[in-house]
Amino acid sequence: MTTLDATTATGPRPPTSKQRRAATRKQGWARRAPLLPALIFAIIVTQLPFLLTIFYSLQSWNLVRPGSQEFVGLANYVAVFTDSTFRTAALNTVLITAGCVVIAMLLGIGLAMLLDRPFRGRGVVRTLLITPFLIMPVAGALLWETTIFHPLFGLLNFVLSPFGVDSVAWVSQFPMASIIVALVWQWTPFMMLLVLAGLQSQAKDQLEASATDGATAWQTFRLITIPHLRRYIELGLLLGSIYVVNTFDTIYMMTQGGPGTDTTNLPFYLYQRAFLGFDVGQAAALGVVVVAGTIIVATVALRMIFRTFGREEA
Amino acid sequence: MTVTAGESPQRAGSAARSASSSDGPPRHTGRAVRGVLLTTLAWVLGLAFFFPVLWMVLTGFKTEAEAFQSPPTLFFVPTLEQYAGVFERGVGPYLVNSLWATTASTLLVIVLAVPAAYALSIRPVRKTSDVLFFFISTKMLPAAAVIVPLYVTTQTFGIADNIWTLTVLYTAMNLPIAVWMMRSFLMEVPVEILEAAHVDGATLPQTLRRVLLPVVAPGIAATALICVIFSWNEFFFAVNLTAAKAATVPVFLVGFMTSEGLYWAQLSAAATLASLPVVLAGWIAQKQLVRGLSMGAVK
Repeated sequence: MTTLDATTATGPRPPTSKQRRAATRKQGWARRAPLLPALIFAIIVTQLPFLLTIFYSLQSWNLVRPGSQEFVGLANYVAVFTDSTFRTAALNTVLITAGCVVIAMLLGIGLAMLLDRPFRGRGVVRTLLITPFLIMPVAGALLWETTIFHPLFGLLNFVLSPFGVDSVAWVSQFPMASIIVALVWQWTPFMMLLVLAGLQSQAKDQLEASATDGATAWQTFRLITIPHLRRYIELGLLLGSIYVVNTFDTIYMMTQGGPGTDTTNLPFYLYQRAFLGFDVGQAAALGVVVVAGTIIVATVALRMIFRTFGREEA
Repeated sequence: MTVTAGESPQRAGSAARSASSSDGPPRHTGRAVRGVLLTTLAWVLGLAFFFPVLWMVLTGFKTEAEAFQSPPTLFFVPTLEQYAGVFERGVGPYLVNSLWATTASTLLVIVLAVPAAYALSIRPVRKTSDVLFFFISTKMLPAAAVIVPLYVTTQTFGIADNIWTLTVLYTAMNLPIAVWMMRSFLMEVPVEILEAAHVDGATLPQTLRRVLLPVVAPGIAATALICVIFSWNEFFFAVNLTAAKAATVPVFLVGFMTSEGLYWAQLSAAATLASLPVVLAGWIAQKQLVRGLSMGAVK
């Protein structure tokens, strides 16, 4: 990522200072022009609704009661923070995200190591492994809920029946684990592909050298491969988290946040508030809190990644 | 950093050396056995991950009675009955909507992202890292956080349940990733070839079209593929902002939840149909997929 330093580079300089200023200005706009459509589009479509969210969050407004809109200050925020379901949803979000991302990454590393050596049919195995990531998540969730986890006809109970497991209703008895399993299945290929990309960019001579020096496979893995993979792993964890934190489809399809609030995460809770409770003000306040939380966590993570990249280049 | 299915030379090399080393045959056989075990393990895990998908596809070709059979049947006479049923149920308009939102938003993203990435790489503007950070930060904005105003606004302006609304949202959703990806692809273009074109008297548009575009075409393909995957599979906006007119394929699948468990075979056929375009695209463009997923950021 030397690229970040390139920002200070400017073109050749015309002679006098007046001319130079005019030319620089013109050049500046010529440089900026291609960027502006994307920038303006992103600001309008993402920032305006968010400003509206902040505005709504200060109102008491229920869609089913017309004319109920009035300014209530921070009351909605007080309600959010004193709401025990909010705390449950926040905790569930952390559990689902961390559980899914960490397990998927560990599996992804393992699978990538397996795929990093030549063998017959490697391309086919890789194709099989990436498929869960390509399957529509709604379809994937339905698939897990009906064909795998179903108490009567599910394949999991069928496979486990010789071991005395009988008609377990996986999704209702182990809702969190079921959700995480389905999400891990979906996200492991993503992690695997990233790590595989990292493995194949490894300097081959380093590995040869360590083999010649008599390092064991485990030593080589721990001391050379893992440090090399670090930024790929960090990137995977970051990108995976961004997407998994927002998981809605899997929960909507598999558990509807239940039983009770056992698998209600923040996006699902917000959806309930807005579209089942029609409480615009409360839902908006909840949205603002979620964004604040996400941005804090993501900023810390992103800065960390930027630093790592910077250091690697230095 | 593309992933190729070819040999990885260092392994082959070290294997050959150890075979000829003083350790002699025992270590060689040990390695061979280990190799077979690892290959088997890779195949087993690959099939395990693929199995639910395989089962979905198979169930889609069964009759409803066969779908519920216990123990499950592996051998059956395939029928297209379920696919006919899915079309009878009216999947057509949903497919058209998905196709529209995916294609139009992907084109829009490319049209917006490629020039932006150019401004952030080849001839970088000041504060490039701030702009990049802004783009990626919009990705951190949970869709759930903006759904309330989007819902209210689209209702107010009469653009609810409109495929254009969805298209614009998908464009915004994919734009940051696309800008990052395209930028990293453009960063790899040697400035010399652009300068050479300039020296040869090519105008800027000529240079861009004749020199730059061919070089970054694979990058554009990778970016487009990622946008297609995320738009085609998107659910949250689709389910909350569309109704009868603009609903997409994932919303169609939700319709099976009400009759949960009753039409397994048909559900499987529908899920297979819904996933097929993206799965095929991803299989065909695996190399681009890897580059795309890593946003080209690590290399």
